[in-house]
Amino acid sequence: MQIPIYMDYHATTPVDPRVVEAMLPYFNAKFGNAASRSHAFGWTAEEAVSRSREILAKLVGASNPKEIVFTSGATESDNLAIKGVAELYKEKGNHIVTTVIEHKAVLDTCKRLEKQGFEVTYVPVGKDGLVDPDDVAKAITDKTILVSVMLANNEVGTVQPIAEIGKITRSRGVLLHSDAVQGVGKVPFDVEAMHVDLASITAHKMYGPKGVGALYVRRSKPRVRLVATMDGGGHEFGMRSGTLNVPGIVGFAKAAQIMLEEGRAESERILALREKLRRRITGELEEVFVNGSLEHRLPGNLNVSFAFVEGEALIMAIKDVAVSSGSACTSASLEPSYVLHAMGIGDDLAHSSIRFGLGRFTTEEEVDYVADLVIRKVNKLREMSPLYEMHKEGIDLASVQWAAH
Amino acid sequence: MAYSEKVIEHYENPRNVGTLDKNDEHVGTGLVGAPACGDVMRLQIKVSDAGVIEDAKFKTFGCGSAIASSSLATEWLKGKTIDEAEQIKNSMIAEELHLPPVKIHCSVLAEDAIKSAIADFRSKQTAKKALSGQ
Repeated sequence: MQIPIYMDYHATTPVDPRVVEAMLPYFNAKFGNAASRSHAFGWTAEEAVSRSREILAKLVGASNPKEIVFTSGATESDNLAIKGVAELYKEKGNHIVTTVIEHKAVLDTCKRLEKQGFEVTYVPVGKDGLVDPDDVAKAITDKTILVSVMLANNEVGTVQPIAEIGKITRSRGVLLHSDAVQGVGKVPFDVEAMHVDLASITAHKMYGPKGVGALYVRRSKPRVRLVATMDGGGHEFGMRSGTLNVPGIVGFAKAAQIMLEEGRAESERILALREKLRRRITGELEEVFVNGSLEHRLPGNLNVSFAFVEGEALIMAIKDVAVSSGSACTSASLEPSYVLHAMGIGDDLAHSSIRFGLGRFTTEEEVDYVADLVIRKVNKLREMSPLYEMHKEGIDLASVQWAAH
Repeated sequence: MAYSEKVIEHYENPRNVGTLDKNDEHVGTGLVGAPACGDVMRLQIKVSDAGVIEDAKFKTFGCGSAIASSSLATEWLKGKTIDEAEQIKNSMIAEELHLPPVKIHCSVLAEDAIKSAIADFRSKQTAKKALSGQ
């Protein structure tokens, strides 16, 4: 077993060796520009991109490879989808619906549009971190042009009811965008079956390289049109100018191919490991709370609050393990996680949250090691915690007059 | 973000973790911060009849810097008179631990905890004097 142990698979993933191998020829032997139409170097690159498009279309369930638009990653895909739709359909309406727990790439894009005169409704989530499709239905007005709901949340791993939301948006004639970054390949996702019109995906969350992603843009029933955010040579069907990152795209497709072939079995294996970690941690420690629905959840996600222990202190105590926290102290803003806050989880427990992300290269030995370490260190930190002592004395911490600062 | 060696050293080997009897007339207790803010510090001092701090204990809910700040504070308090203890400033703690700007509030909390513990001790002494009719 190698130390440190990586358990932050939601942040990024290592590139699968098979992906690296597939990419290498496109750096040197097959280095051509996919837009060069006059010679074999260009044709070779173009062919590789076409094959990649087909595989990625299959990954999201798209019927036409031309519905895949390559980008630099999910942030760009989210920006292109939301700004591109807003700009093109603004004659039709100025209202967008999204949720309070979206990734910042969606939320901040919406905030910018608000400054430009668009109206945005932020649908809440329940205690389980799930969006209620009825809330989406109620938010839609005759001015609504787009609904954007993520497939799976990056912090608590909750998988949203996209199929139900898709039924609603389709019947109301509103476009549906889904930031599918965390979920695609890991949980069921199909743009046709779920009536999704735009979807953002990225390579580095699925064992592909960083800096390459895609936006699925539906071409029929309905045909979605976008205003490009980048002007230039008119690449990618006029939606995204810029020379294609051919090695990155080839790697992205290889990663997608592996997901198509092995994703289901892999998800089962990862789920079993996560459940082992969850059972050990919740079974051997008191006052531990899993954040978010267990039923509708990414197999590799475990987000837990360890009451009376501050998240950053715990991260420091388990420094051999790479995890992240919803604690304010790990962020520049000093505000605890907005996702946990939106779920109605108190700031005290948000400060005590740790996100474990398990993935392809996680082993059972690592899970055992991490469980042992976490249990030992939580107990140690609780011995140092005045809150734990008060809890043990039967004092209700909620009734204490704290001097907030 | 990387922690200074001194913070890590205190965090991994915290000094004087524990609890003194808060009902003891020689003990002053300071409890500052709030769970919702992500840090709560409890600092306790035991003061001899000569006015010297002969023992200090802490318990902290907070990040590594908060734990280190309170651990260092207990170390500095021991052997000082109350008046000397009042001279401890957050800047001294921040400097000793090389706290980055984003962690300065941890040292501020430690200074507050010291002042709060001293105030608690003094109020007990005042109450005692009132009782004995001095």
